[in-house]
Amino acid sequence: MLVYLIRRIGQSIMVVAVMATLVFLAVFAVGDPVAILASPDADQRELEAITTRLGLDRPIYEQFGIFVWNALQGDLGRSFVYAQPAVDVILQRFPATMELALAALILSILLGVPLGVIAGLKPESLLGRSIMTTSIFGFSLPNFWLGLMLILLFAVQLRWLPASGRGETVEVFGVHLSLFTWDGLRHLFLPALTLSLYKASLVIRIAQAGTREVMLQDYVRFARAKGLSYNRIVFVHVLKNMMIPVVTVLGLELGSMIAFAVVTETVFAYPGMGKLLIDSINRLDRPVIVAYLMLTVVIFVIINLVVDLLYAAIDPRVRLTESKG
Amino acid sequence: MSDTTTKGATQATATPPRPVEQGESLLRRHIASFFESKTATIGLVVLVALVFAAFSAPLWAPQNPYDLATLSIMDNMLPPGERLDTGMLAILGTDDQGRDMFSAVLYGMRVSLTVGTVSVLVAAIIGASVGVFAAYMGGRIESFIMRVVDLQLSFPAILVALILLAVFGRGVDKVIIALIIVQWAYYARTVRGSALVEKRREYIEAARCLSLPAYRLVFKHLLPNCLPPLIVVATVQIANAIALEATLSFLGVGVPVTEPSLGMLIANGYRYLLSGTYWISTFPGVALVILIVAINLVGDRLRDVLNPRLSR
Repeated sequence: MLVYLIRRIGQSIMVVAVMATLVFLAVFAVGDPVAILASPDADQRELEAITTRLGLDRPIYEQFGIFVWNALQGDLGRSFVYAQPAVDVILQRFPATMELALAALILSILLGVPLGVIAGLKPESLLGRSIMTTSIFGFSLPNFWLGLMLILLFAVQLRWLPASGRGETVEVFGVHLSLFTWDGLRHLFLPALTLSLYKASLVIRIAQAGTREVMLQDYVRFARAKGLSYNRIVFVHVLKNMMIPVVTVLGLELGSMIAFAVVTETVFAYPGMGKLLIDSINRLDRPVIVAYLMLTVVIFVIINLVVDLLYAAIDPRVRLTESKG
Repeated sequence: MSDTTTKGATQATATPPRPVEQGESLLRRHIASFFESKTATIGLVVLVALVFAAFSAPLWAPQNPYDLATLSIMDNMLPPGERLDTGMLAILGTDDQGRDMFSAVLYGMRVSLTVGTVSVLVAAIIGASVGVFAAYMGGRIESFIMRVVDLQLSFPAILVALILLAVFGRGVDKVIIALIIVQWAYYARTVRGSALVEKRREYIEAARCLSLPAYRLVFKHLLPNCLPPLIVVATVQIANAIALEATLSFLGVGVPVTEPSLGMLIANGYRYLLSGTYWISTFPGVALVILIVAINLVGDRLRDVLNPRLSR
């Protein structure tokens, strides 16, 4: 197990290093930030001053060397636009995105599990079949269009909920959270619903299959024979056992939640990391793009590492074949 | 044992018409079983109709939305059912530049379909070649290729494509290239999986006994037998590629403004949504959803039909 652990961590560090190089090279090729940042009537001297201040006049390998050295110390450059360290700019937006991803995760469980269990208990009924058909639509609806339609319905037509922004926040342990204010929750609801619908369809499918499987098990039959009430069987025995695959899949999907937050945040003008990425791409704010990508690479590598290690801990075959290869 | 397999193989190569005939009857059986499902049939009919409507649009669409000379700014933001200055009926309304939305949706669908199918075709060819090569070579080469595939698949396609397009810039060709880069790994994994199974079958052994050249063995014998799962994945991927393209165009890194795809049209309407001008974003989106659902229904049925475990 220790050999496997060391190998696997070594691989993860390799991945981060390769991605860092690719990200730097890719982003270096994006346009000319000086042309964007300087005012149109700036003269040659001003342009040069900006170039020198941003370090853009050095050769590419020197810029890369500085980048690697600084990155190791947790410094990914200063944002051209915000004139702050890029990491700080992103970390300021991080709680908003995590709040959105977590709210969406909770919503997808709240929506998906009950619907999936109902469809699984009565797979042949009209209700069961229509739940499954609806889940196909949940897969097919493009995330951003769904968001637009929700804005149209709830914000423009019904005027129940706000269409954009994050609303009022309160400071909890130095972090600004909107979960604890009514206004914040109202702003959070539509983006979280948009982000959750795809995952909810996934949960419905897994929960339905899981419930059908569990209902056929001997322990359910035994519980019935013991004379337990139907509700107790469903809420205790079935629910407990079908949640295992649901939790596994949702853990894996947390990463893609953060990626898809880019789209949802743009639709709802929600001030998270994803919106920041799109704004930075449009403004060619390279350090922020690099910092965002590096942060996501690290998050993804950690998620994959944890999942792999958990699998290896559960299934000895994985670590045996891996340490040989 | 080796005698019978060689004989079987020589027969198959000596009398080519027979296996072709068998292939035909198998195809006919697949087609018949496809149409047994009502929803899949509806999906296919809708899909064929949409593809036909989109590609024949220049012949009958009420307006050419790319031809700026025919647009009149006086006609902008007309609600659905109003008439343009020229007396033409705008069934789905007009956008901020006076474009007829119905024509724009037809032309936009053409861009979306082209980007989706071309990127899937090229990615499938690249991915299938890489996958079958990895399975055939085995050893270190295979494990290296599969590591790269795993690495790529551990990052969400949307994020990779977004960054690629931020680097490349806008353009239909660039979107297609970005979509090929994010998709090839799916096909490589699929084809390698089935090639590993097929590699151990008797007909490959037989072909090896005939000492056929490697390219012939791989492309004539191994690859064709790995196609069914590839076809299923590719069909569903067309829907995913179309949705991805729409999302990228919506985020402003996809197709250029001059060649609006469905995603671009939706993005154009986004600005006017809050003032209640719903039709610019709604109708291209409805077209997009119908297109994606139709492809998914067809793909779902293909999976059932082509799955050898379910047939026979």
